[in-house]
Amino acid sequence: MIYFWAFVVGGLICALMEYISLKFQQLTPGHLLVGLTVTGAIVNGFGLYDRLVEFAGAGALLPVSGFGAAITRGVMEEMRRLGWEGLLTGTLELVGLGIAAGVLFSTVAALVSAPRG
Amino acid sequence: MDRDQTAIEGAKDYARLVAQWAPKPNVPLLISRAFLVGGSICFAGQFVFDYFRQRQPTEVEAIALTLATMISAGVLLTALGVYDHLGELGGMGAAVPITGFANSMAAAAIDFRREGMVLGMAAKMFVIAGPVIVYGIVAGILTGLVATLLRLAAG
Repeated sequence: MIYFWAFVVGGLICALMEYISLKFQQLTPGHLLVGLTVTGAIVNGFGLYDRLVEFAGAGALLPVSGFGAAITRGVMEEMRRLGWEGLLTGTLELVGLGIAAGVLFSTVAALVSAPRG
Repeated sequence: MDRDQTAIEGAKDYARLVAQWAPKPNVPLLISRAFLVGGSICFAGQFVFDYFRQRQPTEVEAIALTLATMISAGVLLTALGVYDHLGELGGMGAAVPITGFANSMAAAAIDFRREGMVLGMAAKMFVIAGPVIVYGIVAGILTGLVATLLRLAAG
């Protein structure tokens, strides 16, 4: 059942963003991604987004709002462990692995593949 | 003076004509495509999430590994030229999932390599990913701060 909700919730978030991009054409995808990330980070202040992840799994986790929510979750978990220091060390706790992998593989991709266009 | 007036009227007519003849986006079609492509990416990601949830001691580690795996998959599909087609088909449906974030990094790195390895490949890699990370971190810290202060205030 979670596969069904992953499809529906993930699809709905994407459809909503497509609607916003058509409605407000002055907004670039960059603006929309930043807006969605920040929304996810704020909504997870009291673990609300984590509940959506429980319900819809990857459907909530994979849109960039899940990326923002993962930053907040890292901050909250590290604060529980380390106190105020965690406010800063927690930011990349969950997403650092992904960013590092993205940087490494993007660099490799740039080296081995021919530019297009 | 008269000539200016004519020119302004002409420009307005032209703008009206452009608006009249510009292709209207088929809104329901584009939104359904975004739904299908975005939903399918999340559906595929659920298999990855389940895989790591069964094998990792905590959910936090499963989330980190799922994000990293999907980012790596996004980079791979971009390098193979597949993600471009997905972007044409799905619009925001391909851009919003974390694979789209990876696509923005890899595509820029590949395309701007010719402008040099430092100011081309490395700098352009973060044209879209950079703002997302910057505002994500700022929002995460502020949210964590406010949530903790509220919790302390509540006792």
